[in-house]
Amino acid sequence: MNYINLVKIAKNALMRNKFRAFLTMLGIIIGVASVIAMLAIGQGSKKSIQDQMSSMGSNLVFIMPGSQQRGGIQMGNSSSQALKLTDVEAIRLQCKDITAVSPEVRTSGQAVFGNSNWPTSIYGGNLQYFGIKKIEVESGRIFTDQEISSLAKVCLIGKTVIKNILPKGTDPIGQTIRFKNIPMKVIGVLGEKGENSFGQDQDDLLISPYTTVQRRFLAIDYVQGIYTSAISEEKTQDAIAELQAVMRKQHKIAKPEDDDFRVMSQSELVKTFSSISDILTTLLGAIAGISLLVGGIGIMNIMYVSVTERTREIGLRMSIGGKGIDILMQFLIESTMLSVVGGLIGIGFGYLISSVVGSLMGWPVVIMTQSVVVSFLVCAAIGIFFGWYPAKKASNLNPIDALRYE
Amino acid sequence: MKNTIIEVIDLKKEFHVGDVIVRALKGINLTIQKGEFVAIMGASGSGKSTMLNILGCLDKPTSGEYKLDGVSVSQLNRNELAGLRNEKLGFVFQSYNLLSRTSALENVELPLFYNDRVKSKERKERAIAALEAVGLADRMHHMPNQLSGGQQQRVAIARSLVNDPVVILADEATGNLDTRTSYEIMELFQRLNADQGKTIVFVTHEPDIARLTSRNIIFRDGWVIKEQLVEEPLSAANMLKSLPIGDHEA
Repeated sequence: MNYINLVKIAKNALMRNKFRAFLTMLGIIIGVASVIAMLAIGQGSKKSIQDQMSSMGSNLVFIMPGSQQRGGIQMGNSSSQALKLTDVEAIRLQCKDITAVSPEVRTSGQAVFGNSNWPTSIYGGNLQYFGIKKIEVESGRIFTDQEISSLAKVCLIGKTVIKNILPKGTDPIGQTIRFKNIPMKVIGVLGEKGENSFGQDQDDLLISPYTTVQRRFLAIDYVQGIYTSAISEEKTQDAIAELQAVMRKQHKIAKPEDDDFRVMSQSELVKTFSSISDILTTLLGAIAGISLLVGGIGIMNIMYVSVTERTREIGLRMSIGGKGIDILMQFLIESTMLSVVGGLIGIGFGYLISSVVGSLMGWPVVIMTQSVVVSFLVCAAIGIFFGWYPAKKASNLNPIDALRYE
Repeated sequence: MKNTIIEVIDLKKEFHVGDVIVRALKGINLTIQKGEFVAIMGASGSGKSTMLNILGCLDKPTSGEYKLDGVSVSQLNRNELAGLRNEKLGFVFQSYNLLSRTSALENVELPLFYNDRVKSKERKERAIAALEAVGLADRMHHMPNQLSGGQQQRVAIARSLVNDPVVILADEATGNLDTRTSYEIMELFQRLNADQGKTIVFVTHEPDIARLTSRNIIFRDGWVIKEQLVEEPLSAANMLKSLPIGDHEA
């Protein structure tokens, strides 16, 4: 049998019922479009998390205080006072896979200038803090070693704080603002970073020497975190091991279970969040996949009805020389055409929905070539799979009975 | 020189209905020569429809021999029978069996779609020629629902002609039509038979229609009980003239 003829026959048969063919395809169109859109949105969110986290420094390794026992009482992580300045010093001297290390202390409070005020946070670090956390200084300068040792009342200011407390057009540098009632001289302006993946404003902060924050605001002698840079992203695992060894020696800990600190790397966090995002994508894709399956069943249903409805047509086709295989192929081609054409339209719609959602909601969307190719192949497979049974039924009809069918 | 198109020898057909064996044809012998216009007659249950199904290669005999244009049909499988139907037979049905929402031209083209050797240009040319032969060339783009019953049957006849069959099998082809239209259709068959030498086998139970053919074969209870040449076949064209005026098809 000539396949071009069969394709023409199948096309003509579908064109005789355009509206029904369209309705049948609608299930597939919606299914494919949602698969593509959902995967694009899921992949987009994953990519944005990855981008933002690596913008914070992919070789970042940091130490957080862990749970600690004091007199038989297990203390919470945040209240822990386990990390000391001596640990920072030991890391600086002993870890060869670490290029930079800084303590971090932080507290929140009200920033005041004139009659404006704004709730924000102040972070304290050393000179290397900016490099480790990839914080740019847009204008002005960072503090000096001398300012660190003298607990100087100086700070660098983030864009959000400027916007909220300084009158428009004021040059922030040289101004004195008050934070928790302590006057602080602004010596630099921080570069804009925008929101991070969790919606947190990264420009809503002040940065001062750690000594200032530690003594003047918090009156503590421990630090809340230690931030370090590994030599490279590949070396982060070595750096983590080295940090753990040094910290255990410092804290005289024998077994890893007793650690009163936690070492984490940015790349591990990226992996964790990416895998959460992957789960989300899989879930969205699976739901969309179900709608594609339902669309396929729609095709089977219509083809099944169509075979019964067109019994006399099948009888006629057989009587004028159509072989069983011709009838089988005709119905199979019809169902495959429905699913493939529906799939192509669905891919178009998927692109459209993805880009509309992307621009409207400000979500990043990444349309994966695989998802397009796979959903197209799935469509063709659906057409053949769900078309097979009705087509087989049609081809097995006895021409005499089919011709007499009322 | 006579040329045998259909040769049936001691043909039997049995059906199994539950435990009962129904013997529809009990031993048929008949031959039909090229250029004949034969009517197969008989009451319901006489076996004439079963005979037509076998002649049309839609069904296989239980025993006996059937040769169509020199080909022994009894040994062929389903696909070979389909090929034979495509190349050697033309069917005309009582209820036309045209594809709805499909133009007359496409309906006529249909048998050639199942023939690989016919290219699309030739297919269209042959379909137009067949429509011209039945006088419907000007209606080739009409859909069946835009045509009268007689015109639809003409399209069906054109479809049966398009593959240039050795025999046209008509099953009660005038059964759904009024008297005038029936004569018009019979006039067309007579013309195809006389002018183009088409062999036609026409199943009917109407003696009036049988009188328009050249030979009648009468079936009863699975046997051929009578075969007779029609002394002077009537002309459908003359019959039309004798019908009362004003009885024209709408």
